[in-house]
Amino acid sequence: MTAVDTAPAETATGGGARLARRAFAVRELGIALALVLLVVTTTVVNPRFLSAQNLKDLLLGSTILAILAVGQAVVVITRNVDLSIGSILGLSAFATGAVFVAVPGLPIPLMLVIGTALGAVLGAVNGGLIAAARVPALVVTLGTLYMFRGVDYMWATGRQINAADMPAAFLGMGTATVLGVPVLALFAAAVLVAVGYVLRNHRSGRELYAIGSDPAAARLSGIPSGRRVFYAFVTSGALAGLAGVLHAARFGTLDANAGLGTELNVVAAVVVGGVAIFGGSGSVYGAALGAVLLTTIRAALPVLGINPFWQDAAVGALILAAIGLDRALSARVARSLRERKAHV
Amino acid sequence: MPTPLLALDGVSKSFGAVAALRDVRLELHAGEAHALVGENGAGKSTLVKILAGVHAPDAGTVTLDGRPLLLSGPADARAAGIAVIYQEPTLFADLSVAENIFMGRQPLRSLRRVDYAAMRERAAELFARLGVRLDPDRPARGLSIADQQLVEIAKAISLDARVLVMDEPTAALSGIEVERLFAVARSLRDAGTAVLFISHRFDEVFALCQTVTVMRDGRWVSTDPAGTLTVDEVVRRMVGREVSAMYPKQDTAPGEPRLQVRGLTRHGVFDDVTFTVHAGEIVALAGLVGAGRSEVSRAIFGVDRHDAGEVLLDGSRLPNGDTAAAIRAGLALVPEDRRQQGLVMELSVERNTNLPRRWRLSRGGLLFGGDERRAATTWAQRLQVKAGRLTDPVSTLSGGNQQKVVLAKWLATAPKVLIVDEPTRGIDVGTKAEVHRLLSQLAADGVAVLMVSSELPEVLGMADRVLVMHEGRLTADIPRARADEQSVMLAATGQAAAA
Repeated sequence: MTAVDTAPAETATGGGARLARRAFAVRELGIALALVLLVVTTTVVNPRFLSAQNLKDLLLGSTILAILAVGQAVVVITRNVDLSIGSILGLSAFATGAVFVAVPGLPIPLMLVIGTALGAVLGAVNGGLIAAARVPALVVTLGTLYMFRGVDYMWATGRQINAADMPAAFLGMGTATVLGVPVLALFAAAVLVAVGYVLRNHRSGRELYAIGSDPAAARLSGIPSGRRVFYAFVTSGALAGLAGVLHAARFGTLDANAGLGTELNVVAAVVVGGVAIFGGSGSVYGAALGAVLLTTIRAALPVLGINPFWQDAAVGALILAAIGLDRALSARVARSLRERKAHV
Repeated sequence: MPTPLLALDGVSKSFGAVAALRDVRLELHAGEAHALVGENGAGKSTLVKILAGVHAPDAGTVTLDGRPLLLSGPADARAAGIAVIYQEPTLFADLSVAENIFMGRQPLRSLRRVDYAAMRERAAELFARLGVRLDPDRPARGLSIADQQLVEIAKAISLDARVLVMDEPTAALSGIEVERLFAVARSLRDAGTAVLFISHRFDEVFALCQTVTVMRDGRWVSTDPAGTLTVDEVVRRMVGREVSAMYPKQDTAPGEPRLQVRGLTRHGVFDDVTFTVHAGEIVALAGLVGAGRSEVSRAIFGVDRHDAGEVLLDGSRLPNGDTAAAIRAGLALVPEDRRQQGLVMELSVERNTNLPRRWRLSRGGLLFGGDERRAATTWAQRLQVKAGRLTDPVSTLSGGNQQKVVLAKWLATAPKVLIVDEPTRGIDVGTKAEVHRLLSQLAADGVAVLMVSSELPEVLGMADRVLVMHEGRLTADIPRARADEQSVMLAATGQAAAA
């Protein structure tokens, strides 16, 4: 853990601040440690857990959840929440199948763009309603959760699109690997790095944190809060749309129920990943790690011989543990800041 | 007179049926510090928010350099060169101090990336200029109000604004910090910035400003050169009447010891604090900001746990860190920060007033509107709270009236010991005198009052005894007869031996 703060520049700053910064790093580090611990324990019980095939399956299984978690983290950082992403994923997945049925020769990159654009439009509906009606995001996206799913049901009318209806190359993408790494996981990694970069290095990204930290102060600082929150929802929607296309490639069989109930899983991943549910702090890296951790737990519990009925309880316990850790850390930081005083 | 840099003419603004500003005029000139004074509710903060682009005026014009200025938001005001330091700090707790200063205009390097190193460096330069030692990398969370205010000031200075508006920037600052702020304000003024300074402290107004504008009830009253005015004259114009004795302390003979604090310690915050407050006595706890006064009062009330020592009320020991027990035993605390700690801003005036004794008011666990109304009305009348309706959210009240609601809330519990932390911070002269009269009356009725205050005149005017803290320790216990500005300040700066 000491490796986090060995940079020479930091030795000049106050101990309280250094400790505070270390705690921020620990948030992600803690999840990574939990993940390592879980993998090691499970591997001791069953060495095959660490086989190349199983690792590949784990990465593949985490991909869609991780992409959704990155989008959700962007929204949660602004002190909002997007409950409609499961429905956006479903709609986008079904649209993918429907488009391929209509235009079998469509290039795959174009399909990815179409799915992402569809998600962005649906995200814009969310963002627009929240900005225009000044209604909490929780309520608006709860409404669109049912609305988007309803549209999905009406469109599908009980139909099912099968793998046979989609191009083989597209389905191949769902299982293909580059140097042993699943292509889908590469998508997730690219999304993660791009969004993480903007949040850390761009003014607009920093403003998202400011809005989540104190909405009233953000307004007084001249930050265009409405526009920023709008784009946060567009981002979340677009990533859910992209996830929908990837879902279609991975599973091949599509009906109107794709992604049903995913949203709470995603919120869980984000919270476990150390993004504060009241906004202002956390990172997309943490959220993605949270997604990987949740997926790994679901894969590990059967190996450890734990009754699958306990899986949800385990995930719940993890959420509570993450929040508990968060509180303990912030209390420790507060105490250290108090003892060392504000002035260096 | 040359053309003013910034001018307001005939500006009016209403919120619903309430007229906050009526036909107000104001002229700010380059290189001049202009004071704006008036009671709370006189419309000063609304005027500030119009200059900041938060509110748009209903009528009238704002001109900059003789050209009409239309502000559709805070970003516009900033672009026009208007920087505002608000009365209440508006920081992002989760972000670093440096990011708070430069939010929205962070220095950039290649690819439009935020240049964290340059940002840290420039923040450090600003703090050096203000003469404070704050770590630019630490999160804003946990900063004292004074430090938060310093960050706000650094932010405003970093804008290199043509017009600098300061809405009570000194309310939380200690003497040395105020001096530094004024030095910076003077150098900005001399460099051609127009400064608008709002304060309830007249010594500061006269120390910094060349021109004084007085407002009352949302209207412009007068604008004069500071040299032609006296404090008494300004106060008379502000309230429209003579203020009878600001500090109406009645002499009372102290009775039995009520509150006894022995060896109270919270590691790193305060150390071995011992004192007694008797019935009928007003004891002031003075000291510089950050000396640990508020922290001691919080520990006595059980908000924070203490690590050593004990608190006795009428001889019986209070459990450590148990606020409910403290209230039951007859202790009341009017906190420093009324918006964050004293009131639930969204709740109505009557709900707030009744909060500490909602159980006593309830019947079978239920509260009935009639009972609540009657209880709240009694106290609202006794303290002359000016509210539209008692069912209005307390956030709609002016600062002074909010403070009265906090007082009402605790007085309604009929406390034996009342701890007031900065009871008159940021409230107007008229209300201040009322609060002082009230405290004096309470002491006369046998309540033991512990008053934390940063205002020396208040401390000297009200207290039977002055306790002084310096860096977490009690350094002096001065009786009323021997207390003067010099003795208190010496002890507060740690230059006097413990009495």
